Amino acid sequence: MISRRDFLQVSMAASAMLGASGFGNWSRLAAQQRLTQDQLLEFDTFGNVSLIHVTDIHAQMKPIFFREPSVNIGVGENRGAVPHLTGADFRRAYGIEDGSASHYALSSGDFSALAGAYGRVGGLDRVATVINSIRAARPDALLLDGGDTWHGSYTCFQTQGQDMVNVMNALKPDAMTFHWEFTLGSERVHEIVEGLPFAALGQNIFDAEWDEPAELFPPYKFFERGGTKIAVIGQAFPYMPIANPGWLFPEYSFGIRDAHMQTMVDEVRAQGAELVVCLSHNGFDVDKKMAGVVTGIDVILSGHTHDALPEPVLVNDTIIVASGSNGKFVSRVDLDVRDGHMLGFRHKLIPIFSDVITPDPEIATLIEAERAPFKSQLEEVIGQSESLLYRRGNFNGSWDDLICDALLSEGEAEIALSPGVRWGPSILPGQDITREDIWNVTSMTYPNAYRTEMTGEFLKVVLEDVGDNIFNPDPYYQQGGDMVRVGGMGYRIDITKPQGSRISDMTLLKTGEAIDPARNYVVAGWASVNEGTEGPPIWDVVENHIRAKGSVAVEPNTSVQVVGG
Amino acid sequence: MDFTRRETLALAAGAALLTVLPFRAFAAVDDLIAEFTGGAETGEGGLELTAPEIAENGNTVPIAVSAPGAVAISIYAAGNPAPPVGVFKFGPLAASQNASTRIRLAGTQDVIAVAQMADGSFVRTSKTVKVTIGGCGG
Repeated sequence: MISRRDFLQVSMAASAMLGASGFGNWSRLAAQQRLTQDQLLEFDTFGNVSLIHVTDIHAQMKPIFFREPSVNIGVGENRGAVPHLTGADFRRAYGIEDGSASHYALSSGDFSALAGAYGRVGGLDRVATVINSIRAARPDALLLDGGDTWHGSYTCFQTQGQDMVNVMNALKPDAMTFHWEFTLGSERVHEIVEGLPFAALGQNIFDAEWDEPAELFPPYKFFERGGTKIAVIGQAFPYMPIANPGWLFPEYSFGIRDAHMQTMVDEVRAQGAELVVCLSHNGFDVDKKMAGVVTGIDVILSGHTHDALPEPVLVNDTIIVASGSNGKFVSRVDLDVRDGHMLGFRHKLIPIFSDVITPDPEIATLIEAERAPFKSQLEEVIGQSESLLYRRGNFNGSWDDLICDALLSEGEAEIALSPGVRWGPSILPGQDITREDIWNVTSMTYPNAYRTEMTGEFLKVVLEDVGDNIFNPDPYYQQGGDMVRVGGMGYRIDITKPQGSRISDMTLLKTGEAIDPARNYVVAGWASVNEGTEGPPIWDVVENHIRAKGSVAVEPNTSVQVVGG
Repeated sequence: MDFTRRETLALAAGAALLTVLPFRAFAAVDDLIAEFTGGAETGEGGLELTAPEIAENGNTVPIAVSAPGAVAISIYAAGNPAPPVGVFKFGPLAASQNASTRIRLAGTQDVIAVAQMADGSFVRTSKTVKVTIGGCGG
């Protein structure tokens, strides 16, 4: 008799061997440079339930370039484990050929050259085509949105999220959970959520005053699909008031609340749920830990840390699916659920190659209508880039280097600090930089670029504090971003050390002198979580800088020395 | 990140505090616990302490304790200048032995709960609550 766990493992191994995940196929086809929509969508419908997962779209409605990270270090038990494999290590782990379409979609290395060959990715009109094709095969497939949807672009900012709400509503999701949405401010969030034609879920969204579940965000919703009673439990980003400005949504408290999650799982099981799906914005490592703590979840659809994995990760009896970011991927998960048990699954991470997948005309029209009022603003060319501009990476990205350069020169500062967020598309060498491109990496509701003085000692406290939010060996103490980006100052970080002793050798790059703990330094930065931060919006700072230079080039950043990675 | 012109001074003061005081369980906390237990050994199990992994606001951290069958539960913030938080006592007519409150934490530290059970034995549990200056969410 084969146990359920063995069955899952066998079925996953079989999927990988037979290429049912589609994974082996991409490599081959890519080598032949003959990618077709049919091949991208090819999937033998399996079992009786289909889940479609999109997450962390960050308001990217149009096709973009998006480079995956080359530095993404795991700590503790996650050292060397997915999703902390990058570049060639990632490709070897999944048997992906160098130079293939999968290489380009899923890993870093040769990005600019491959981007030239394979083109842009994403675009919600293409995502719509994929969703429609899955629905053609399985009309009652569940579409679940993991959040970070109503944030991240010029038009999203100008319309306070309405452009994304309109386009997503047209895709007809069944449920959603949240993170950056709350930075629109609770009043605006209430206004949108009250009118949503689908469930707004979050078992960990609590009323801050009473520490009770918030009424507007139910913990779960039941769906009857394929003769199966499915419970979808929402899990919003746990650390919203810490990683983002809590004053924008003071009524709410979050946290992981895994004990409450267990209570919800038990509650839905007691009400007859045959399949329990957690729609999560925890981040991958937190989801992995939670899957080991909470029993009874069949599938975690994981978001927040922007990882794209070609196969689910199995923790006990739970499969964890990671579906990337910025509209670059759609995950399809088919499940065989019988008599209250998940007996097997088939999964495919579908990369949205914009030049291969035909846009859905209805959604394309809708997107253009949302953009039309802002067209001239969006398309204005501010300058050109000689370098590849990207964001992802634990310690720096060339986009952030450019933003730090802008802060240093426009703010006449000695040191610049830029937040370690993971959203924002890439720009290829030789590409024009438009206003839209600048907003794609800076758009937020607390954009003020401040100029202040900090002592060397305080700068160390900042780096140690942020460092622990990323490299604490216990995932529950991680917030899922990257290290604060630093301009004008170098440092050494030993990620294996505890908080307070990771950072050393802080150096003012301009002079090569060691940072003096007692001296005040002029620091420019943006995205402060404090209310009342003064200064021009960061997009104006960056636009002025690029406009003044005309053409920008970013040298490789060697100012952070990493130990223990 | 957490630094505006306006609030840098206040933060710097807080940071100074952070670096001066090592927020670990002081020896004094063990003495205080020994005072509560009368020097008896503390076991494990049967006492649940609920606290956030990372405090949303160090000035008001919601915590809850639950120990079915306990007659008293004492709570300590090991890293605070004054560690004792309070003692909840449960009479024989108490329908349940749980309590919740909000406490102020001076920095990242262990919150410790010790419960006295009806048979006179003691159990102890603790949880690290991180107080951070905030940061950069992905």
